[in-house]
Amino acid sequence: MSLILYLLKRLLYTLPLMAGAIAIIFFLIHAAPGDPVDYLIGEAGASQEVVDRLRAQMGLDRPVIVQFGIYAFEVLAGNLGYSVVSGAPVLTLILERFPATLLLMATQYTLAAIIGITLGVVSARRPNSATDNVITFFSLASFAIPVFWLGQMMILIFGYYLDWFPIQGMTNLRKGYTGFAYVLDVAYHLTLPALTLAIYNVGLVLRLTRSSVIQVTGQDYIKVARAKGLSERTVLFKHALRNALLPVVTVIGVEIPGLIAGAVLAETVFGWPGLGRLTLDAINARDYPLLMGMFLFICLFVILANLVVDLLYAALDPRIRYS
Amino acid sequence: MNASASSITPANRSWQRFKANRKALFGLGVLILFLLAAVGAAQLAPYDQLAMGASFHPPSAVHLLGTDSLGEDIFTNILYGARTSLIVGFCAVITSTILGTLVGATAGYFGGAPDTVLMRVTEMFQILPQFFLAIVIVALFGSSIWNVILVIGVLTWPVTARLLRAEFLTLRNREFVDAARSLGMSDFDIITREILPNALPPIIVNCTLQISSAILLETSLSFLGLGDPNVMSWGTMLHNAQDFFSRAWWMAAFPGLALFLATLSLNLVGDGLNDALNPKNI
Repeated sequence: MSLILYLLKRLLYTLPLMAGAIAIIFFLIHAAPGDPVDYLIGEAGASQEVVDRLRAQMGLDRPVIVQFGIYAFEVLAGNLGYSVVSGAPVLTLILERFPATLLLMATQYTLAAIIGITLGVVSARRPNSATDNVITFFSLASFAIPVFWLGQMMILIFGYYLDWFPIQGMTNLRKGYTGFAYVLDVAYHLTLPALTLAIYNVGLVLRLTRSSVIQVTGQDYIKVARAKGLSERTVLFKHALRNALLPVVTVIGVEIPGLIAGAVLAETVFGWPGLGRLTLDAINARDYPLLMGMFLFICLFVILANLVVDLLYAALDPRIRYS
Repeated sequence: MNASASSITPANRSWQRFKANRKALFGLGVLILFLLAAVGAAQLAPYDQLAMGASFHPPSAVHLLGTDSLGEDIFTNILYGARTSLIVGFCAVITSTILGTLVGATAGYFGGAPDTVLMRVTEMFQILPQFFLAIVIVALFGSSIWNVILVIGVLTWPVTARLLRAEFLTLRNREFVDAARSLGMSDFDIITREILPNALPPIIVNCTLQISSAILLETSLSFLGLGDPNVMSWGTMLHNAQDFFSRAWWMAAFPGLALFLATLSLNLVGDGLNDALNPKNI
């Protein structure tokens, strides 16, 4: 199968996923206690005129299946509803905050991948050695640590006690930096949250790389590489790692929802102005349209990200395309 | 398998292997401490729940781990928090295991169309951002502890279902199952009395690991302010600590440490069980 056919097949496969996500939200709005309109206008209430208009717009007097059709069409057209608090379109609010989250996620995952892959290879070189045991313990701790608590401890130690890093926000608003100074300022604010998330995610990458490299080193082509007299470093990093990385790539796809959840929790701790802060505000104000819009937006992001990961995988490993 | 070896049961052998694993034993020890704390919270706690004293009292002999912004004793709250966490963990995992077993056993045993349909649904559930769905559901339907348990249980079954399906796929064609079938056993009996007991080890391991993720999910929700206001949760304690970093480091440090130790010990026990019950994995 060519790559294009594969892409089309995968694209087709995403449609039921998105439809499923929309159906779940639609079902929840209707199953929740009270009138669906209540969830769209909030506790502040609205005039009867607005309520009637919403009711007609949503087609609440029509059969459920028609209502679902209307709702799904609206969502797919990009209308995720309006925030109860500010009245702004939900999609606009989300897109405003999304770049900050994306920056945090990309930075932390690059860090986690570099640290995790290096430690994984080192750990796989001599399984059950003292070094391996220390690294394994670190990965176990990384799995169990609650990311928001880790963030709080980082703030206490590096923010308050040592006073090395700023503790809240993304920029120093008082200084109002521009240009390169602004970039540096953002990087300075980014350090603690990115480090926190990287420590939290490193365990997964590490564990996978370790088991994958151990598995690969038993193969014939590694023996050949060793027999050729290549240095251990070249064998491990040039020959073993390349093949061992494939499963690591797939798992990143599966773990994306978890990565976003972690980012959102860490953002809340560090006052990072991304989706996390938005989620917290939406929860506090019981801004239902915003919460539901966030869910749908993240579904779409996860589905698209998985698509990209699948394609990457297919491009890296031709066997996938034929199976 | 002969009569003279009857004292060495498989369970016995597994326990021997588990005992030899120091990490797993450490995990089990910590876990037992948490269980005792949860069961005996009312007896062990030095103060009444909701009893208020001086605010922001640092850790001392009077208040072992200090007091919070309302003057509540942190150690007391951690004990009651252990109760909540373990209840949530166990109940949510029982829910998800029942759902996952139903789906996984049906899909794996019957195969064909039921398998395809059920696995598509499972995959869909797995790709959904569970954390955000949990936020939406708890925000819509209220944050009572039973609601939270139900939501976690309903959202986390896919892992169990896939695991069980894989077990059933390998077990359903084994000789003892064929024998049971030729004896005229019904499908239901074969599933519940022949295959399921043999699929138990991976389910037990999975349950242990799932309890720790259920606890993490509950604390994450309460950390965001979606906790049950009527019960003490480590997540709620960390949520409250967020505003008082500069004044009371102990408000954040100790509840989080308890949470970390609880999830770590569950993971260690889970890994230990995995090695003990599936010796071929070593």
